[in-house]
Amino acid sequence: MNYLVRFGRFWWDFVVGDDWVAAALVVLGIGATAAVAASDIAAWWVMPLAVVVVLFASLRRAAS
Amino acid sequence: MLRDGLRKLRYRARRMTSGVFLVLSAFLASAVEGVEALTIVLASGVARGWRSSLTGVGAALAVLAVIVAALGPALTVIPIDALRLVVGGILLTFGLQWLRKAILRASGFKALHDEDALFAQELAGAQTAEHVERAGVDWYGFTLSFKGVLLEGLEVAFIVLTFGSTQGSIPLAALGAGVAVVLVAAVGFAVRAPLARVPENTLKFAVGVMLTTFGIFWSTEGAGGSWPGEDAALFGVLGFVAALSFASVALLKRRRRTMLVAAEARA
Repeated sequence: MNYLVRFGRFWWDFVVGDDWVAAALVVLGIGATAAVAASDIAAWWVMPLAVVVVLFASLRRAAS
Repeated sequence: MLRDGLRKLRYRARRMTSGVFLVLSAFLASAVEGVEALTIVLASGVARGWRSSLTGVGAALAVLAVIVAALGPALTVIPIDALRLVVGGILLTFGLQWLRKAILRASGFKALHDEDALFAQELAGAQTAEHVERAGVDWYGFTLSFKGVLLEGLEVAFIVLTFGSTQGSIPLAALGAGVAVVLVAAVGFAVRAPLARVPENTLKFAVGVMLTTFGIFWSTEGAGGSWPGEDAALFGVLGFVAALSFASVALLKRRRRTMLVAAEARA
């Protein structure tokens, strides 16, 4: 159990790191891209916009 | 006939563009991780002896080879859109971590990565640790090297597998990574000192920009979106992420100056 927890924590730190909000916003961005693409509207602009929001929120928190 | 020729030429140009991106990204990311692993291996070798240190390196490389050999073929059987969606999302989260830290370092909000200081810290720890011998090797030296190479190597393996599988060429990504690791190891062996002169913070900034670029590109494609200009759009995304990153550094530098002035005025 202890090994599994450590293994899970390693991958969490590795991929998500210390800002889980940023990871959650990325998932929301992907969901929004899928929703826009499904309605036959060009969806390429959604992720770049999501990255601006994620980066702004994450840097603002880190620098305050 | 001419149209077919142009189409083939355009296809080849696209493949080459993404191929160059692929090799360059794997090379840069692996060079950064290689420099960090080298610092640990050097500290272990100098303090605890080269035999234990190099045995640890060999064992870690063997474990990494098994991981890549097991996961590489498994990833190639996953449908490409599902793979791009998952890998793009993970890569974007992972890349934004690198980018965020690099921007904070470049703007002075986070201390710069200093290989000399890290080497001194690892060396001090290795020199004071108790000597325990197992199977003819110093256990601390072996474990220190093994963990250092395995953990840094896992990041390289992750990048090689994700980049390679989504672009349909794990060997090309492995080539970029392999050249970087061999180069770092050769220079490290020649100078027998941490590679403090490698502009690691700049490299990390570049890798953060590239990981984020690939993450945006693949997660969009995986979610059902398509890029105007297909693979050539990678250049546009790269320019956008680079511009966003430089603008963030400039804004944060200004914010830091304002904070310092305010702190001085209060004092």
